[in-house]
Amino acid sequence: MIGYLRQDGRKGIRNVVLVVYLVECAHHVARKIVSSIDSEEVQLVGFSGCFPNEYSLRVMNQVCTHPNVGGAVLISLGCEGFNREALASTIEASDRPVQTLVIQETGGTVSSINAGITHVELLRKQLRAVETVEMKVSDLVVGTICGGSDGTSGISANPAVGHSFDRLVAAEAACIFEETGELIGCETFMAARSANPELAREIEMAVEKAARYYEILGYGSFAPGNAEGGLTTIEEKSLGAYAKSGSSEIQGLIKPGDVPPASGLYLLDIVPDGEPRFGFPNISDNAEIVELIACGAHLILFTTGRGSVVGSAVSPVIKICGNPDTYDNLKEDMDINAGRIIDGNATAAEIGDEIYSKVIAVASGERTKSELLRHQEFILTYKTFEPIGPACLPARSA
Amino acid sequence: MIQGSQFILLHPDDNVFVCREFCSSGTAVQLDGDVVVLQESISIGHKIARVGLPRNATIYKHGAPIGSATTRIERGAHVHLDNLKSDYIRTHGRNSSFDKDSS
Repeated sequence: MIGYLRQDGRKGIRNVVLVVYLVECAHHVARKIVSSIDSEEVQLVGFSGCFPNEYSLRVMNQVCTHPNVGGAVLISLGCEGFNREALASTIEASDRPVQTLVIQETGGTVSSINAGITHVELLRKQLRAVETVEMKVSDLVVGTICGGSDGTSGISANPAVGHSFDRLVAAEAACIFEETGELIGCETFMAARSANPELAREIEMAVEKAARYYEILGYGSFAPGNAEGGLTTIEEKSLGAYAKSGSSEIQGLIKPGDVPPASGLYLLDIVPDGEPRFGFPNISDNAEIVELIACGAHLILFTTGRGSVVGSAVSPVIKICGNPDTYDNLKEDMDINAGRIIDGNATAAEIGDEIYSKVIAVASGERTKSELLRHQEFILTYKTFEPIGPACLPARSA
Repeated sequence: MIQGSQFILLHPDDNVFVCREFCSSGTAVQLDGDVVVLQESISIGHKIARVGLPRNATIYKHGAPIGSATTRIERGAHVHLDNLKSDYIRTHGRNSSFDKDSS
């Protein structure tokens, strides 16, 4: 594997330019810049809200200084609440080129699109000079998520990812699994796998927080399609989702924007702290993917049963389909057929080995199905978090 | 884990089997060595009762509890929204809650 070396020592498996809208009012200009250039390495991300929010600034800081990102052009309307100066100075401090374009100071839509295109083209030239270095599995951060789960996911795709996670952790990569709201009912199992009793208590509290949060909202993290696919309750869905974590010891509990400090397996707590304020924790799968990316994930292992077709900006998404019928139906979107486990033609360990090889291949430059189809979804909303406590990362506080 | 039948037992403590191949109503299937005739069609990923289950019985899958029976469930019957509820948060469809009894 060859990586793009960044100033903070992290290495990227891609070298993209981000065009970042800082409020919905700047979205059209940003989208036009990206669509005019029409290159897989120029990607659109952004935040729609006009009110400032510490969490969204933190996530955007982390996304724009992610190892897969080489530089950014920020598109501001001019009057929105997003702290564009703070974002620009974070990107600059990371030794990446950044340009801010304020539409109200640039003469409007057409002038801003034209100026943006010029900025992006200049940045792309600069990116060709980024130093490339040898990269090892131990340099990788890999996240996993399930979307459109059904009754097959927990038997096929999820345990296969769990096996690949065990191999990645053994090779000293950092692996992140998530959605405490989709781990309701698994708290005692996770506590038993925690590096120490204090972390175990933190994990149990995080799941309690999630159960309470979703209870107040009146909905679990459970879609109608989950039920159509044979899942009946949130705890049943959770047990299947939990299989993605494999069997390694859990080294820490992190929140969106926290990069794992060392190798090993980490749980990402995505449920906001405090009273529910801004609605559902994550309004769709891509909001979770963005948070995994904000934690440094170079690539995402996405398991599905009903059949999701999404990808992501910044980090490649490898889609692993657990349902053989869905795989046949949506082959063009799926990277791995874990439905063979249901058919009895492969074991979870065999598919897990296949996933591990795919991770290495994609990290070495092979494009995933969603990359080839130019899926570059991105969504970021409002949240509130307290920083993690000292017990959440036992290795760091030791 | 996977056996040569349409239904899988994921864990020895489970009281449900998981379907791995569509079975139409009236199909005779082998459950723990006995032949049981399905009273309804069962799709891939769905569950049937391994034994007769009384109301309020805890349902086990993957060796762990996944909720409680809201009514008596016969051996081989589809275990789903009509007879199983979460012990945490109720399940919703596109139009409404599935739980008849969310107490």
